[in-house]
Amino acid sequence: MVMGTDGILRISDLRTHFLTDDGEVKAVDGINLTIRKGESMGLVGESGCGKTVTAYSTLRLVPNPPGRIVSGQIHFKGRDLLKLSEKEMRGVRGREIAMVFQEPASSSNPSFTIGNQIQEVIRFHQGGNRVQVRKKAIEILDAVRIPDPVRILTQYPHELSGGMLQRVMIAIAISCEPDLLICDEPTTALDVSMQAQVINLLNDLRRERGTSLLFITHDLGVLSWVCTHAAVMYAGNIIEQADIRALVKNPQHPYTSALIGASPRLDRDCQVLDSIRGSVPNLTNPPGGCKFHPRCDRVLPVCTEQVPQLKEKGDGHCVACFADSEGGAA
Amino acid sequence: MGDGYPLLSVSDLKKHFYVRKGFRKVEVLKAVDGVSFELRAGEVLGLVGESGCGKTTLGRTLLRLYTPSSGTILFKGRDVCHVSGEQVREMRAGMQIIFQDPYSSLNPRMPIGKMLHEILSAHGVRNGGEREERVEEIIRKVGLESTHLRRFPHEFSGGQRQRIAIARALILYPSLIIADEPSSSLDMSIQAQILNLMKSLQKEMGMSYLFITHNLSAARFMCDRIAIMYLGKVVEMADRSQIFESPAHPYARALLPLCPVPDPDTRVEHVALEGEVPSPVNPPVGCTFHPRCPEAAAICSRQTPKLLEIEPDHWVSCYRFARMKDMT
Repeated sequence: MVMGTDGILRISDLRTHFLTDDGEVKAVDGINLTIRKGESMGLVGESGCGKTVTAYSTLRLVPNPPGRIVSGQIHFKGRDLLKLSEKEMRGVRGREIAMVFQEPASSSNPSFTIGNQIQEVIRFHQGGNRVQVRKKAIEILDAVRIPDPVRILTQYPHELSGGMLQRVMIAIAISCEPDLLICDEPTTALDVSMQAQVINLLNDLRRERGTSLLFITHDLGVLSWVCTHAAVMYAGNIIEQADIRALVKNPQHPYTSALIGASPRLDRDCQVLDSIRGSVPNLTNPPGGCKFHPRCDRVLPVCTEQVPQLKEKGDGHCVACFADSEGGAA
Repeated sequence: MGDGYPLLSVSDLKKHFYVRKGFRKVEVLKAVDGVSFELRAGEVLGLVGESGCGKTTLGRTLLRLYTPSSGTILFKGRDVCHVSGEQVREMRAGMQIIFQDPYSSLNPRMPIGKMLHEILSAHGVRNGGEREERVEEIIRKVGLESTHLRRFPHEFSGGQRQRIAIARALILYPSLIIADEPSSSLDMSIQAQILNLMKSLQKEMGMSYLFITHNLSAARFMCDRIAIMYLGKVVEMADRSQIFESPAHPYARALLPLCPVPDPDTRVEHVALEGEVPSPVNPPVGCTFHPRCPEAAAICSRQTPKLLEIEPDHWVSCYRFARMKDMT
């Protein structure tokens, strides 16, 4: 396990379950994750694998009911976020951990101006008089490279394009200089050129301000361009974790290599994509043993019986698979 | 692949929408603004571009789901815009569409077997036994089973629904399928299944695809030829290898490096494409790309460049190449 003591965020054994009519859904089923200062941790997986729930759990935004954080610890700068009171948590959200959502249009308030929404965050967390707050807001918009920030302050969200609004949302998120920025598919709704601009913006923020990122995506291309490290999730578990180069160039888990083979490549021709048979399991009744075994090509008898644990294979590369470990393959 | 006769031939097609702005004022949205191309039999032509470039409108206009504002569409030599009655039905049997969202494009109240039967009877297959046979055949071709035929759309996953949509498009053995982002609402592993299926069915049955997508990687996998659209116009059209190995139009050259590749060593530090696609309501005068073009010259803001063939089968609409051509 990568367990640096210098981790700014350390999630251990987090379990978040949802109670539905069909039974209990173990959306996050015991994950461990450490993010260090200035690191950009990617969380990649298909829909329903628990990546968004992990992010929401970190900020304690999981709607309850039906959701509930059943167990685990989330250590952030030495405190367990799960033990804080709701009031203390409000001081963490936005100031120390901020979040950027997928749909900028639905995560901004349509009836207030951009200026209003940015200044509210700054005033709430940092205070200051009107002039100071306004000056700070303009500085922040400038930092996310919005042309003509003074004019933008007076505009409403519907007057901006998706890409511009997403930059405003990033501006709001970084306005209190958080230590950790959680981005939930921030570029999925954007066009290629705007996506590239947002990716560069996030990379610069990380380099210049040392902000750590938890970056959720389903796109391996975007993942490789933003993240320094990545964890692959499947059905509520992390099944592989490594630094980004090792993960995309030398994937160890059959699911990771299948995902990489399944995405069409821009940089080369190929005749057939590696597809993974079947589809993501229903989490009310997941398969026993390794949850990936019904779709796996390298399945062993032990895979149907035991749940593989995430084990380090050297250089911080962790894999949860029996096929690679000495014990399972023998 | 490249030597068939033109199955579909489009010339100077325009589709303008009128949008109300305020009480009296009406503005023109030029969604498709003078597009010409040919699609050969058995070919997969990709139509790629960022959102708002008119690729979906173009696809729908070809099927006459929208009436074109001007221009001609010839399908198998027949003018699509001036057929009526029974001939429309006949024409539609030859060109089918697969929509992006498999959740909203299937009737939720009809079992899928009944839906497929209905298509056949509407197109004159009277014999029940023959219909049964063709439905069974097509459902197996798309990787489902005949036991699925009694089920309703909500009983299927997204990937399975897209397979049903493919079955619906294929059951009349059309010669052209317009696929509008068929895989972009699906998960990665399912997307690969659908793209593989579409590719192998195309090889097996030999129809043409007009493959509309914003995902250049998917276009590279699926298409023989690719047309890149920008603000209602085709700016470059060429073989897949030419587009990806030697793109000519400044837009194509700026756009291609910005598409993320799963390789951390290819990160771009400088984004050559500033700003965003302008609104098609009041597009820039002259070449619509000139405000964002790093190589814009004075002429680009005055006149609209034409699509020129700079080398065999490689069409580009840019004054840089128009000048080169004049000199030779």
